[in-house]
Amino acid sequence: MIELKDVHKAFGSKHVLRGINLTIESGTSMVIIGGSGTGKSVALKCILGLIKPDSGMISLDGKDVTKGDRDAFLARFGMLFQGGALFDSLPVWQNVAFRLLRGSLKRPVAEAREIAIEKLRRVGLKPDVADLFPSELSGGMQKRVGLARAIAAEPEIIFFDEPTTGLDPIMAGVINELIREIVTEMGATAMTITHDMTSVRAIADNIAMLHDGVIKWTGPVSRIDNSGDPYLDQFIHGRAEGPIEAVR
Amino acid sequence: MNLTLGFLAAIGRHVLSWLASIGRIALFAVDTISHLLRPPFYAREFSHALMQIGWLSLPVVGMTALFTGGALALQIYAGGSRFNAETVVPSIVAIGLTRELGPVLGGLMVAARVASSIAAEIGTMKVTEQIDALTTLSTNPMKYLTLPRVLAATLAVPVLVGVGDVLGIMGGFLVGVGRLDFSAATYLHNTMDFLETWDVVSGLIKGAAFGFIVALMGCYHGMNSGRGAQGVGRATKAAVVAASVLILASNYLLTELFFSA
Repeated sequence: MIELKDVHKAFGSKHVLRGINLTIESGTSMVIIGGSGTGKSVALKCILGLIKPDSGMISLDGKDVTKGDRDAFLARFGMLFQGGALFDSLPVWQNVAFRLLRGSLKRPVAEAREIAIEKLRRVGLKPDVADLFPSELSGGMQKRVGLARAIAAEPEIIFFDEPTTGLDPIMAGVINELIREIVTEMGATAMTITHDMTSVRAIADNIAMLHDGVIKWTGPVSRIDNSGDPYLDQFIHGRAEGPIEAVR
Repeated sequence: MNLTLGFLAAIGRHVLSWLASIGRIALFAVDTISHLLRPPFYAREFSHALMQIGWLSLPVVGMTALFTGGALALQIYAGGSRFNAETVVPSIVAIGLTRELGPVLGGLMVAARVASSIAAEIGTMKVTEQIDALTTLSTNPMKYLTLPRVLAATLAVPVLVGVGDVLGIMGGFLVGVGRLDFSAATYLHNTMDFLETWDVVSGLIKGAAFGFIVALMGCYHGMNSGRGAQGVGRATKAAVVAASVLILASNYLLTELFFSA
């Protein structure tokens, strides 16, 4: 279980997180929604320790994430970055198998390559993509390679930062199904940031709406259409009028 | 009065910011060196960096040394002829190259070629979240990106300087024999007779220091790059300027240390 308690983060005079409280139960899929620049990615990076919160507490299974063996902590996570964040200097299969080629999860090269090709197939890419370099792929293909890398070591917890942005609707559907599969079959905990409401309905068990640095609403996906929350209503229906200012 | 105070405050702010930068660079250097003592080590990254920084810089450093040696021979001959001291050309070319021009020009050429490319590469990795991705994949970016580059440059630049010394002396030899009517045997004899081991070794030590500075500045500015293309551009420029200035400043300090009476 991941727990955020009163987490604050400011960049200079800009207060991005103003006291976030959120709980993500193990084996569930939490989707965080909210306008651009509301701090969704910052919250996610705070959990991973990529950004240090100014105050508050973040715990994983009751233990403070800032304490203990950092490598062991990170080995439990997989992350899909917004732009893919693939390593330009490595071919696709080495990107996917990065974790399997070094460190505590190291495997023989042939086995790591085999796993990488299997994960590529799982995200809808053919084996001949394995030896290409990221610069030779389209944006959507890069995203799928990023997803294959996130799941390569079969982590317990996976973060997805805008997993379907830049993908065509069919491929977005495939990725949504895959994320759902990872949660149900692998029993992984997923935390996803997305603006795509089709994805939200497809992959979420629970939803949290982030606005103005705090969680405005959280609850199961089944309740989003009758939440009674004006922020959530405006967001999911994409209305220009409402409590969320359209110009930020 | 207000104008004077404002001016002094602006100077103070710049001095404080400059001191803070020195502190951050010092901590970055200590952090880099500390990874030398802590596994894991990325041998493949190190050999790749060695190839990029050492082998691929050889043409530019070699050409610089060759032409500098030739020009130096012409200048010393022109100056020396005023005092009927033309015979000092081979020894001064050799001493000047090995002690000063070889390491300094070699260091500056490597700074232009390598500090910029390291800063641009790491800066782009930072703005495209590749550095964050490394961390989430349980790989320390300092260990994976910075240490191999700094270590490779520290070991490769002295070798480049050594090759540059030989080529520079050869440039002087070609001009001396071809244009200034020295006999080949006399030129070589005068070169070897006056050149001491310490002249060469001190230049190689300087080369190691300059290599360390070049890669450290490239990595530091890349890791601290701002967002977007403009941020990477600024980081690249800052890396080359900082490396060049630090090479010249440390050259003075090392010369003072090695050769002051």
